[in-house]
Amino acid sequence: MIRHSGYHGVPRWIYVVAAGGGLLMVLPLAAMVLRVNWPQFIPLITSESSLAALGLSLRTSAASTVLCIVLGVPLALVLARGDFPGQRLLRAFVLLPLVLPPVVGGIALLYTFGRQGLLGKSLELVGIQIAFTTTAVVLAQTFVALPFLVVSLEGALRSAGNKYEAVAATLGAKPTTVLRRVTLPLVLPGLASGAVLSFARSLGEFGATLTFAGSLEGVTRTLPLEIYLQRETDADAAVALSLVLVAVAVAVVGLSYGRLRSAQPAEVRP
Amino acid sequence: MSFELQASISSRNFDMSLSLREGETVAVLGPNGAGKSTLLGVIAGLLRPDTGSARIGDRELFRLDGGTRLWSPPHLRGTALLAQEALLFPHLTAVDNVAFGPRSSGISKAAARETARHWLAEVDALPLAGRKPAQLSGGQAQRVAVARALAADPELLLLDEPMAALDIHAAPLLRRVLKRVLRDRKAIVVTHDVLDAYMLADRVVVVEGGCITEEGPTRQVLERPRSHFAAGLAGLNLVTGIITEEGITTPDGRVFAGQHDPDWSPLPGQAGVAAFPPSSVSVFLGEVHGSPRNSFPVVITDLEPHGDQIRVRARTGDPVPALSADITPAASADLGLAPGMEVRFVVKSALVSVYPA
Repeated sequence: MIRHSGYHGVPRWIYVVAAGGGLLMVLPLAAMVLRVNWPQFIPLITSESSLAALGLSLRTSAASTVLCIVLGVPLALVLARGDFPGQRLLRAFVLLPLVLPPVVGGIALLYTFGRQGLLGKSLELVGIQIAFTTTAVVLAQTFVALPFLVVSLEGALRSAGNKYEAVAATLGAKPTTVLRRVTLPLVLPGLASGAVLSFARSLGEFGATLTFAGSLEGVTRTLPLEIYLQRETDADAAVALSLVLVAVAVAVVGLSYGRLRSAQPAEVRP
Repeated sequence: MSFELQASISSRNFDMSLSLREGETVAVLGPNGAGKSTLLGVIAGLLRPDTGSARIGDRELFRLDGGTRLWSPPHLRGTALLAQEALLFPHLTAVDNVAFGPRSSGISKAAARETARHWLAEVDALPLAGRKPAQLSGGQAQRVAVARALAADPELLLLDEPMAALDIHAAPLLRRVLKRVLRDRKAIVVTHDVLDAYMLADRVVVVEGGCITEEGPTRQVLERPRSHFAAGLAGLNLVTGIITEEGITTPDGRVFAGQHDPDWSPLPGQAGVAAFPPSSVSVFLGEVHGSPRNSFPVVITDLEPHGDQIRVRARTGDPVPALSADITPAASADLGLAPGMEVRFVVKSALVSVYPA
């Protein structure tokens, strides 16, 4: 259906290539759905190990999302509004996990928090062990998910500008009041979509988790790890659990896209 | 309590001193990029000058010189800023926007709302209290922004072209509101509009190129401008030179006849200006018979409608800058005026005011 007439300048062959790209995304999902053992679907995803993995995944992803917000909001503020030497370098490092293979991240975390690691040795002395615990899962997920929140929020902060903050300050508001009552409410849509993306990234985390936290049922074996493990022995279970992750991912994307759409600034009349 | 400021920023070529008496409203006029908004930014604490100092009464806002680096942050200054855009916080209703200042000073939500309602009523915007900024027109939003600035109880109110973004129907209402609320209040109004200066200000400061070029009581500056910018605002032609018995002599030796104050006799060699309205200028083609004294060959640069007249802009060559004449459309058509034509401007000397610069 043609929704708007007028010239759009897209050559026809572009549509053909674009369709190829679309198929590359959709076809594997369809293939997987076709392979689902529907009669056994509910028993497969409600088995004890599946529920343990799903529960762990949701708990750790929620925890790492909270950690991303706690650490990511100040980072985004500092990157968007601050002015200090090394700012660009800091941004580059914060964004590094986006392009780093997660397994490399896992190894880096291991040499930081592991028994023989940079901080791990001292933590071990006071009786704290992080590697191969649920805390390690949360740290690994936060490591890979933090850039999503920072990028999304920094963009929102930059496009909001600081005019409102300047006005709020001249009205007598302390910097903390300005942050709480002006800045954060203004960038709430950006913060929300950043948090949703971080949650989704945490939920799908595999490589760093396996390297840094291992795969201990109920402790560190999250859903992606469970799927990988099941694939060896019970392909039907792996496919069923994969579909659960796809459903969660679709819900997350739908939620954040809907939020982004509804958060478009209302048109101000002249 | 009076306000005093001296500040300079070398990178912006900015160097100004300004003071306000208690209850005085000053209009700052000047071309774009003259440093008007920089001035407000420095006072509000949003821009840090290289050197300078400012105080309200005996409370120092900043003092930056060799030894002292005193800098009070914006929220402790008591200098509320109202910009060209209303910049109402989009997530708060009008009344909560106005209550923002009182809330920030630490009073309870209910008391802050009460104060907010009082100020909304002051700017005739009480019926808008429950609306979100997106539901307000430009004029309504700007009135709410005025209420918000006043509710913060500032000792000095800074207004940066508050009328510039409004359409011609909304501006008069806001101007009346401002006239009412600025009475007996220390305020600095940056504006492009002579009307704002006349209606709102006790005193006018003209800034050009980062410096104050002229200042004085509003009537005096606009009726007897000494700077070309102020003359342009007042719609007057301005010629500068040396005062003589008949009028003034321009640096290239041209004599410009005009009227002095009756009770004033010029010192020989004193610098002065001759000001005259475009309506006192007639346009002739070719040589003028008789000998009108104030007659100049000029080249027309522009013709544009001005009220029910045609404004003829022309250049005369240095040092007298552009001059304007207002003539009827019929006269313009009869003379066949067009840009690029060489004509003669004749100014009736009875309508030329001459006074010291």
